[in-house]
Amino acid sequence: MAFVSSGYNPAKPMENRITDIGPRKYDEFYPPVIKKNKGKWLYHEILQPGVLVHVAESGDEVYTVRVGGIRLMSVSLIREVCDIADKHCDGHMRFTTRNNIEFMVDSKDKVQPLVDDLESRKFDGGSFKFPVGGTGAGVTNIVHTQGWIHCHTPATDASGPVKATMDVLFDDFKNMRLPAHVRVSLACCLNMCGAVHCSDIAILGYHRKPPLMDHEYLDKMCEIPLAIASCPTAALKPGKMELEDGTSVKSIMVNEPRCMFCGNCYTMCPSMPLADTEGDGIVIMAGGKVSNRISAPKFSKVVVAFFPNEAPRWPQTTDCIQKMIEVYAADANKYERLGEWAERIGWERFFEKCELEFTHHLIDDFRDPAYYTWRQTTQFKF
Amino acid sequence: MAKHETPLLDQLESGPWPSFVSDIKQEAEARAKNEKGVEYQIPVDVCEDLLGILELSFKHGRTHWKHGGIVGVFGYGGGVIGRYCDQPEMFPGVAHFHTMRVNQPGGKFYTSEFLRQLCDVWDMRGSGLTNMHGSTGDIILLGTTTPQLEEIFFELTHTYNQDLGGSGSNLRTPADCVGEARCEWSCYDTQALCYDLTQEYQDELHRPAFPYKFKFKFDGCPNCCVASIARADIAFIGTWKDDIRLDQEAVAAYVGGEFPPNGGSHSGRDWGPFDIKKEVIDLCPTGCMQYADGKLAIDNKECNRCMHCISVMPRALRIGNDRGCSILVGAKAPILDGAQMGSLLIPFIKVEEPYDEIKEVIENIWDWWMEEGKNRERLGELMKRQGFQRLLEACNLKPDPRMVQEPRTNPYIFWKEDEVPGGFQRDINEFRKHHLR
Repeated sequence: MAFVSSGYNPAKPMENRITDIGPRKYDEFYPPVIKKNKGKWLYHEILQPGVLVHVAESGDEVYTVRVGGIRLMSVSLIREVCDIADKHCDGHMRFTTRNNIEFMVDSKDKVQPLVDDLESRKFDGGSFKFPVGGTGAGVTNIVHTQGWIHCHTPATDASGPVKATMDVLFDDFKNMRLPAHVRVSLACCLNMCGAVHCSDIAILGYHRKPPLMDHEYLDKMCEIPLAIASCPTAALKPGKMELEDGTSVKSIMVNEPRCMFCGNCYTMCPSMPLADTEGDGIVIMAGGKVSNRISAPKFSKVVVAFFPNEAPRWPQTTDCIQKMIEVYAADANKYERLGEWAERIGWERFFEKCELEFTHHLIDDFRDPAYYTWRQTTQFKF
Repeated sequence: MAKHETPLLDQLESGPWPSFVSDIKQEAEARAKNEKGVEYQIPVDVCEDLLGILELSFKHGRTHWKHGGIVGVFGYGGGVIGRYCDQPEMFPGVAHFHTMRVNQPGGKFYTSEFLRQLCDVWDMRGSGLTNMHGSTGDIILLGTTTPQLEEIFFELTHTYNQDLGGSGSNLRTPADCVGEARCEWSCYDTQALCYDLTQEYQDELHRPAFPYKFKFKFDGCPNCCVASIARADIAFIGTWKDDIRLDQEAVAAYVGGEFPPNGGSHSGRDWGPFDIKKEVIDLCPTGCMQYADGKLAIDNKECNRCMHCISVMPRALRIGNDRGCSILVGAKAPILDGAQMGSLLIPFIKVEEPYDEIKEVIENIWDWWMEEGKNRERLGELMKRQGFQRLLEACNLKPDPRMVQEPRTNPYIFWKEDEVPGGFQRDINEFRKHHLR
């Protein structure tokens, strides 16, 4: 296809240039009922899984139908979202922080036709395009990162394990039977673009082998001091390497026992890749939360040190998550988040009930905070 | 007939959850047919090559994307992430596959008109694949070639009045919760503050001048739906100072079973009749509530605004009227020195236009961090390295017991010379007159 200019002139990049205008202003996109009642909402209620009503002081109501979105969306699918919004919602919709899509209507009689329309749409492969759910004491959509679809440092895929996990947890996306909401998140390496470190259940990609050194090219590709400075455990030092042909090159030496496999060096230097079929896989973390409700926000804790990458459906990972949720559902009190439940019964009991093996990998040995996670009391359970 | 066999990915088409594989396939087919006669500016088979390279990653258990090169639009240092695949001969359609981050509107509210416009640009000049949305909040346009970057930017800014978001060592695209737009618990207008600060700090957002990334996030209440407390260098979390508004009649309706507790969120199981003592009074973390003779009483002075009672009885209890936000600083994900939660710097600040007080806090923090922060050191790490006291000094703030969970357990206080009468300079000979060697 021929190049089509937008009007940009590469010879004069500053000509008519518009910069620093920021995003479009939020209130351009509000549905009328939102614009009218903003700041004057009285209360809300979840009428059925995936359907909320918010009632305003004016007596106005807005009904929201929430559907699970796939974060990785084509323009064809977005256009279909637009078609639905045009048909039912006067062309308005919003997205949530957790990749759900919300369709809003201003009267109750518009809800059921919208729900029916959304539930009727399926991909050719058979999966739902817009499953209604993700509210209340259930499992909502997984927030996640790019994985193998677009990232240079992942230790696992993102969209694949998310699809596999949500297929397994689908009933809890459509239902509200759990003691409290369960937030599942995935980050494909410990850079944690997805900030999974405060989730009820976190799926985290992790490398287990030190960087593979491309000595021949390293000094040509990288700033050696920058790469060395990037190592949080001081495992790197400058050195000279003799290549097979006898030439001597400047490079980086890795003190392998000091490596925590964070990949920070690889971010600074492409001649130190960590990706490895056997080395890479998944860490499962549990018990985190961000809300201040009842107890303070908590970090997630590592409960499984490693599962292999079992593409395409990661069965060990999804089995483990499903098991944890079933045990939590059966054992926790109403309103108790997964981490609050684990703290109440004790982590020793958590491992027993969830039938998870406690290995030495799960005892913190990273710097000062480690000490505060060891048991400094005689209060424990047999 | 698909360009590449994808037997592993094909297994992700079944099952109820929306399949991204089916969606990419549908996009691949739409591009191949091109019923609208789009003048595609990047390879038509980009989606098929993306499936091909992803299948290879599923087979190898390793990514096939290389480091980003330095690509971007003129005058900006962020908003574009360079991406190249490491098998360009096998998958030429994704040989160059750069990402553009587009600054999302507040609350992620859209009209179909605007989304269709973005789709048209991206269909023609990119892969037709997006993330709605990236983890930070941006609309992510996933996959285009270098010559298209300026064209897309020109079209976005000229035709659609829309700018790019942040990446690299700059202010990342700020993000907010749904806020007052559709939530009765929002203690300030998250969208208004998010938008104002985004506009005020456009230079910081587009031109990397910081030691590392810096994030603002805006949560309307302590439930923290955008997780600001866990991931924002500055988290603005709504709160109030006066009394919870209380409607005794509605309390009675909850007790009497007329209203479902917690907004109906637990309807998937029979938890038995609502028990206000067990479900509200006993779970209150400060024990500041009592229920007797059919009346609920709250000792508001002792309340720590955890949101539990309000969440359980939204029709009976409402946030107070004297509202503003708390500011917590220094949260981050684990890289490098372990995860950090935000630490409380300002217990309460009014959120009122033009937000001058808030901007003063932000700029004081930035001045300190830009002066003292090392390359790739987040604010939270600088706080750990230099201590909370330095942050207080930088912000001209007085210490407050609300800023700590507990006072220090060691007495190793770094007294300053001017805090000790007489200073540190003394005469050893004078001392020796009374203390022989």
